Amino acid sequence: MRRRAAVLLALTVLAGPVRADMPAECRVARHLVDDTPRLTGTAAALAAKRLNVLVLGAGSSVLPGKGGENLAYPERLRVALSEEMPGIKVTLATDVTPHRTATAMVESLATDLGKAKPDLLVWQTGTVDAMQGIDPDQFNQALDKGIGIAKAAGADVVLINAQYSPRTESIIALGNYSEIMRWVAAQHEIPLFDRFAVMRLWADLGTFDFFTVTKKLDTAGRVHDCIGRLLAALVAEAAKPEVPPGPGGK
Amino acid sequence: MAPVTAERDLRLDLFRGLALWLIFLDHIPSNAVSWITIRNYGFSDATEIFVFISGYTAAFVYGRAMRQNGFIVASARILKRSWQIYVAHVFLFAIYLAEIAYVAHSFDNPLYTEEMGVLDFLRNPDVTIIQALLLKFKPVNMDVLPLYIMLLVGFSPVLWLLLRSPSTALIASAALYALMYKFGWNIPAYPNGVWVFNPFAWQLLFVFGAWCALGGAKRLAAVVSSRITVALAAAYLAFAFFVAMTWYFPRAAALLPHIIADNIYPIDKTNLDILRILHFLSLAVIVVNLVPRDWPVLRSIWCEPAIICGQHSLAIFCLGVFLAFAGHFVFTEVSNRLLTHVIVSIAGIAIMVGAAAVLSWYKNIERGPRPPAARPGFAGGDA
Repeated sequence: MRRRAAVLLALTVLAGPVRADMPAECRVARHLVDDTPRLTGTAAALAAKRLNVLVLGAGSSVLPGKGGENLAYPERLRVALSEEMPGIKVTLATDVTPHRTATAMVESLATDLGKAKPDLLVWQTGTVDAMQGIDPDQFNQALDKGIGIAKAAGADVVLINAQYSPRTESIIALGNYSEIMRWVAAQHEIPLFDRFAVMRLWADLGTFDFFTVTKKLDTAGRVHDCIGRLLAALVAEAAKPEVPPGPGGK
Repeated sequence: MAPVTAERDLRLDLFRGLALWLIFLDHIPSNAVSWITIRNYGFSDATEIFVFISGYTAAFVYGRAMRQNGFIVASARILKRSWQIYVAHVFLFAIYLAEIAYVAHSFDNPLYTEEMGVLDFLRNPDVTIIQALLLKFKPVNMDVLPLYIMLLVGFSPVLWLLLRSPSTALIASAALYALMYKFGWNIPAYPNGVWVFNPFAWQLLFVFGAWCALGGAKRLAAVVSSRITVALAAAYLAFAFFVAMTWYFPRAAALLPHIIADNIYPIDKTNLDILRILHFLSLAVIVVNLVPRDWPVLRSIWCEPAIICGQHSLAIFCLGVFLAFAGHFVFTEVSNRLLTHVIVSIAGIAIMVGAAAVLSWYKNIERGPRPPAARPGFAGGDA
């Protein structure tokens, strides 16, 4: 695992600077967000010089305390997208409430979509379902349903899986739920932002220390900043104008 | 009545021991060494091996008891065994609680406010502990023993039928499996969901193991050793291997035709997906052909460590779960380097072997020196 990570790191470095403005600590995981299915609706929106994003998530999409909202990855994603795509009007709405299962999130999704009218839905889920031991079939169906609703409303979807949380690893059985997310993403041909793999790589490389006992937001803020930037990189990559040009408009 | 083979097949102990090692390696979260385990190279994993062999040995031990001492005595022994497993499960739960309590005390990080919620049940231990005693609340990695308990509790009538009409018993088991799929039967869990290992599904492998022990294996011998079967098994293993590779090399996933991907996923472990059964059967076919029953190596020192672990499977399984907790503790609190993963994995297996050796020694001093074949229900405590 670690050796593979090192090789990949070397490859990333050899591939040259991806973007000058992405800090090195984020960039080491850059290769993990390459090679995703295309986001055609997002590409069309970008061609029209706008991008409306909706982030739907649970507790790992927020940071607690004062300033937490500005440090958490949804806001970092908005900032990174604006930087990465000059000339595009980026707006970002969030529907983020802790302790929600995928099923619970789907319930509020239709309303959210009506309000925010997003081109892109970024959907973070999996952790709460794993913690509560929700029936895997139910989780699978909730994902299918949510993706269906979003697509019907004209939004692309990116899934974000659970965080790598070393201390609770032997208490929360993520395995089944991560696999379901992978399969669902593959079936619907939508990108999965593999947050677990990204954070795992950081842990392996020693980029960030996830073991520290702290109440401070400094490391957490940097982690979320990187997640926001990597997400933005994923979106930019997946919505690049196609060659030959002419992304399928809506 | 179906014949019961007189001598214990050491291959069972060997592969159950190996399965226990693999289960241990897989149970340590993010263990780098677990890339060697079979779940990474196909659809099935060590659980199938463990359940099948457990069924086989249960029929071997209690089948003889039922023929010699009757239904009541054999049933009483089976129930006693499931009680022992229940006690072992509760013991593991106590260790789990200790770990959780420790983590709850020593862990605070704004990144993980959501994940910390998993410790909330410490606030109402009354409910959780009772649910655990009822086998409804089952922490991570503690799903196998409740399954085993359920399988044994229901085993007496199945064994009775197996001894009279093996085919009927096997067909009934397959029918239960089919009904489970048709109607979505499972047992509810706490606080949500269902049992991770659905007993209505996994009983099929257990009963199939029992059926093999009571003469089925002999009946299948010609089929198992036929070239066509071996070729089919090898082809299926190769297919599964290819599919497994697409999990790690996403580019290879493009080579997997959509129609196949749409039909095989998700490969359901809870309900013992048919793809998993086929994968296990293919593995079994290849292994049975490669490793003959009287293979001299089975009696050599090389196989001894795994064999003794397999002969004390309950104790070693529990120890493995505990060691997996402990190993994960080392990763989080001491060091998470690759070398640590290797050392923890090897040390864990060494401890399992050492404990099995001690248990064998105990068994000998408690029973006195008698030849294994003459011992009443040899390894009867380990069905």
